Amino acid sequence: MKNQSIKVLQGKKKHVLETWMKFQLSDESLREDLMSNEELRIQSEELLDAFLTNLKDDTIDDPKSSAFEAVVDILSGISISRAKQGFTPRETGIYIFSLKDALLNILQQEIKDPQELYVQSLKINKLIDSFGVVTFETFIKGREEVILRQTDEISEISTPVIRVWDGILALPIIGTLDSSRTQVVMESLLQEIVETGSSIAILDISGVPAVDSLVAQHLIKTVSATRLMGAECIISGIRPEIAQTVVHLGIDLSQVITKSSLASALRAAFQMLQLTVVKKQRVQSITE
Amino acid sequence: MTIVREIDVIPFRNRLKEIAIKIGMSLVNQTKIITAASELARNMLKYANGGNVTIEVVSKGRENGVRLVFVDEGPGIKDISLAMKDGYSTGKSLGLGLPGTKRLVSEFQIESEVGKGTKVTVTKWKNG
Amino acid sequence: MEKIPILRMGDLLLVTIQVDLYDRLAETLESDLVLMIKKTGAQGVLIDISAVSIIDSFMGRIIGNIATMSKIMDAETVVVGMQPAVAITLVELGLPLNGVLSALNVERGMELLKGKIALKGASFEDDEDGYPE
Ligand SMILES: Nc1ncnc2c1ncn2[C@@H]1O[C@H](COP(=O)(O)OP(=O)(O)OP(=O)(O)O)[C@@H](O)[C@H]1O
Ligand SMILES: [Mg+2]
Repeated sequence: MKNQSIKVLQGKKKHVLETWMKFQLSDESLREDLMSNEELRIQSEELLDAFLTNLKDDTIDDPKSSAFEAVVDILSGISISRAKQGFTPRETGIYIFSLKDALLNILQQEIKDPQELYVQSLKINKLIDSFGVVTFETFIKGREEVILRQTDEISEISTPVIRVWDGILALPIIGTLDSSRTQVVMESLLQEIVETGSSIAILDISGVPAVDSLVAQHLIKTVSATRLMGAECIISGIRPEIAQTVVHLGIDLSQVITKSSLASALRAAFQMLQLTVVKKQRVQSITE
Repeated sequence: MTIVREIDVIPFRNRLKEIAIKIGMSLVNQTKIITAASELARNMLKYANGGNVTIEVVSKGRENGVRLVFVDEGPGIKDISLAMKDGYSTGKSLGLGLPGTKRLVSEFQIESEVGKGTKVTVTKWKNG
Repeated sequence: MEKIPILRMGDLLLVTIQVDLYDRLAETLESDLVLMIKKTGAQGVLIDISAVSIIDSFMGRIIGNIATMSKIMDAETVVVGMQPAVAITLVELGLPLNGVLSALNVERGMELLKGKIALKGASFEDDEDGYPE
């Protein structure tokens, strides 16, 4: 065997694990709340096993070797699950880099020739660094998945279609109306129109921070699609500053029914459906 | 698939629908890409006496999609930027086909040479 | 040759499109319908497209044409049952079919047409076809 470090590390596996665990447990950022020490030990042992079994003369210089696939798999799994559990990048980084510290520590104890120690340390260093890169890549991928899921959830939550009256739907829009959001709004609104057989939809934009020509275009598209379905669409919640920008930008909303508040939109909707709301007469006034 | 007659458009649309369903494309996006395909096939028939179209499943990262390539050996288009304008038509029509198609797909590419023919490539991502 | 049937219901005509419309079929429908309006003196046309999954600019134009032609012949056209995905696509394509009335389903479409026809009757009270209010 050309590389002394392989024999040393494989022979001292137990010692490496102990040292690694010691380093991990002594780090102040250890998250005992997220993972028990027992679990951490099992995870670490599994990884170390896979690493040392496949550490050979022909693989030590080649982190991309297929022999290390198992190592990369275990590491990616750990990294992704840590990202989802809410570990910080630092905490996840410490995991793999404290393994490096442990490995180098053992080499230092066991290899007496400084020249050899230097060469071997460098090799191990390089190898673990490239595993570190894998760890970060997958950690970020894990976080991206979390973000994607949340984005989906937000766009679902942020476009609730409310059935305010028999035949009248209301859809309060909160936040910016970009094109992908408009798609979601249109889809859920039209679907709900079909399901409830509603003939009027109120789009309330009081929660939309600003209306520029692009947002106006999205609104007009939504109104057009609603009309194609055979329902009418009222836009409510037009604040004074929105009215101002709409006019200043020369946006034509003349084909759209607009109302300043949800209440006045509802009143208009009642009128279209030929409904009247009357105050209940006091029992007294009848008996008097 | 070759498209030389009006009737050829129907099996082509059906095939496209099958593929879009297979990759799990949402109903709205299916409708958009099939409508876009319909427009391009019709242009090919109307202005170039037909042509050929290929359907291909493509992926980018974790996103899947379908790509359609329409190739014809018709007269070509003299001024592409003009043809891409809403309302421009040499066929006494609405001139909505090309610009509308562009709005319906995720990626749109058109190449044309007068006297040689036209090639339009469109891609629709599953969630795009 | 395949044809799309046109049903007569009182003074309304009902067209239910159930197959994928290709161009010639749509053009035939356009001319058949105009002839039928003339023959029956129908006052309204109801086009049920709830089974149609694709409307491209050609189909859209045929629908628009039918509406305009009927209008000239003094009949109203209502398109009923458009699927949400089709509506969204038409708007994105740039063809919002302005000038064509729509309704959610056949029932609502009939109500809408009857209302329109009654209104027309009311404004020409001495018109012999008029519907007294
Ligand atoms: N494959 C083609 N070969 C040659 N010319 C084409 C081709 N496709 C489009 N064109 C030209 O580009 C113009 C614009 O096409 P576009 O599809 O936008 O409108 P249109 O077909 O005229 O009308 P619409 O599609 O609304 O019925 C056409 O009028 C035609 O001159
Ligand atoms: Mg065209």
